[in-house]
Amino acid sequence: MGGKLRIALVDEKPERSSSLEAALIAEGYDVVARLGGADDLRARIAELAPDVIIVDMQSPDRDVLEDMQRIHREAPRPIVMFVDESDGPSIRAAVRAGVSAYVVDGLRSRSVRPIVEVAIARFEEFQALRHELEEALESLEERKLVDRAKGILMERRGIGEQEAYRLLRKAAMDRQVKLAELARQLIATAELL
Amino acid sequence: MSAPLEKRDLRIGVTPLTDCAPIAVACERGLFAEEGLRVEVSREPSWANIRDKVAAGVLDAAHMLAPMPLAASLGAGPLHQPMGTALSLGLGGNAITVSLALWRRMEALDPDALEAPAARVRALARVAAQRRAAGMPALRLALVFPFSMHAYELRYWLASAGLDPDRDVRLLVVPPPRMVAELEAGAIDGFCVGEPWNSVAVRRGSGVVALATHDLWNHAPEKVLGVSRAWAERHPGTHRALLRALLRAARWCDEPGHRAELARLLAEGGYVAAPLDALLPSLHDELPVGPGGATRRIAHFHVFDRFAAGFPWRSHAAWILTQMLRWGQLEKALDVRAAAADVYWTELHREVAAELGMARPQIDEKIEGEHAAPWKLAGASGETLLAPDRFLDGARFDPARVADSLRACAVHALRVPLDELEAAQRPRG
Repeated sequence: MGGKLRIALVDEKPERSSSLEAALIAEGYDVVARLGGADDLRARIAELAPDVIIVDMQSPDRDVLEDMQRIHREAPRPIVMFVDESDGPSIRAAVRAGVSAYVVDGLRSRSVRPIVEVAIARFEEFQALRHELEEALESLEERKLVDRAKGILMERRGIGEQEAYRLLRKAAMDRQVKLAELARQLIATAELL
Repeated sequence: MSAPLEKRDLRIGVTPLTDCAPIAVACERGLFAEEGLRVEVSREPSWANIRDKVAAGVLDAAHMLAPMPLAASLGAGPLHQPMGTALSLGLGGNAITVSLALWRRMEALDPDALEAPAARVRALARVAAQRRAAGMPALRLALVFPFSMHAYELRYWLASAGLDPDRDVRLLVVPPPRMVAELEAGAIDGFCVGEPWNSVAVRRGSGVVALATHDLWNHAPEKVLGVSRAWAERHPGTHRALLRALLRAARWCDEPGHRAELARLLAEGGYVAAPLDALLPSLHDELPVGPGGATRRIAHFHVFDRFAAGFPWRSHAAWILTQMLRWGQLEKALDVRAAAADVYWTELHREVAAELGMARPQIDEKIEGEHAAPWKLAGASGETLLAPDRFLDGARFDPARVADSLRACAVHALRVPLDELEAAQRPRG
């Protein structure tokens, strides 16, 4: 085959695919296209005939790609899933990160593996970022709940803020539930009364 | 006594279709919990995800297209890994819908053919021929996955009128939730898909049901509970518990009066992203078929439990393998009945069904296509009422004579010489 491996990326998240593109170019690969849901995937892939296609597993377009058994018009070569035979857990790592990779049949596992590893690393990084964001949002949400529950106790029992917080903590520990969960229950009950 | 559970926390993959019903019911009505299982249902956006996540062990089991564990086990398609099934999740439930524009063309060219569903493909063939003569692009018909009953049903239908599905039309894959939008955008002219998407197209006035696949093969296999062979070997007790919960859920689905609640559970539980009133008709055996609210009554359109529907007939698997051969998806000769037996675990099914007191056939395969009405099969655990299994063209499918079945196909894309295939079949034992 000779020359650089030609890679196409299929991902709905442009920030992620542009960061992956940059990482792959830095490693010396040729990224021929970044495609998303708005593209006619079938036509674009047939026209570009990449050696490797990296696809976000959240994309419903995976099934469209599955239908393209042969991507090279001249000298047709079937595409297969990239499964690294030498390393069982690698497909698991890819699936967990949300990466699927298709390669033209006959490409050596050794030459594709680093590409898939770069993709896994980028996808994991994005997952971690999203996770942190969700946690931050959640704790903000939880703090609001606890504040509201404290307010209810202060008003109903005529106690101070610290005392209200202490009561909530104790009740949560006695019932073995999270503080925010207890607060949620207390607010729901208060709304009924 | 039940075997101990090797694992209690499970992830099961589903795709958003009406026929994920037994999994949804087992979850929502606490049947998994009664078996000591904590199940998280994972809604997957593609069939490829279902297969790969089961292969990688990220999902323990999944709502799979019936041909999927066979294709994965044989390495037909991009992934090669042994999988299997001990449970059919249901029978039937698909239809072929064409755009209103295509239906009008069919009507104009051959109005008589539209009278009977079975003859309608003749009108479609006339449209295809006319387009070819006029130098227009071929009709585009969509299916959900290359290895699916939808693919084989659509191909069977087209071939029955002499159309070559790989030359005379263009077949392409479209994910089910996108079918209706693509039909309305004119990107496709028709599709073969499961419910509720045919009903949705008809109710929106953008499509007409040309054929319920029930007309093609009565109560055809459709989805199965697929697992990897390695998972099944490591978790025999958990696998049985899962099968028991799903068999009981399937029974609940088919009990009289439960269908409205089932529709609500699927829509409100977030299993299927379609309005409740799009789910209801086909679950009540009334398939919306055309403009102005026309419906067609098809008895037992969706079957989950009745007719021993959960039984993984090896003759179903053999028929599917024969279609894979017919359309060039398998390149090497194989012993079809042996391959079916590797993937369809009838004995395990019978054992689990017996624990629940459910009567099951004592045979693993039958000749398909011989019954136009429900029929009874005598067995060790009593009589079993089985479903009609007629094909559109009156064909008879004998799993022991696949080469003969293929020899009778005028339209095909076979890549295996039939004498080689014949030689690979073990004689009937």
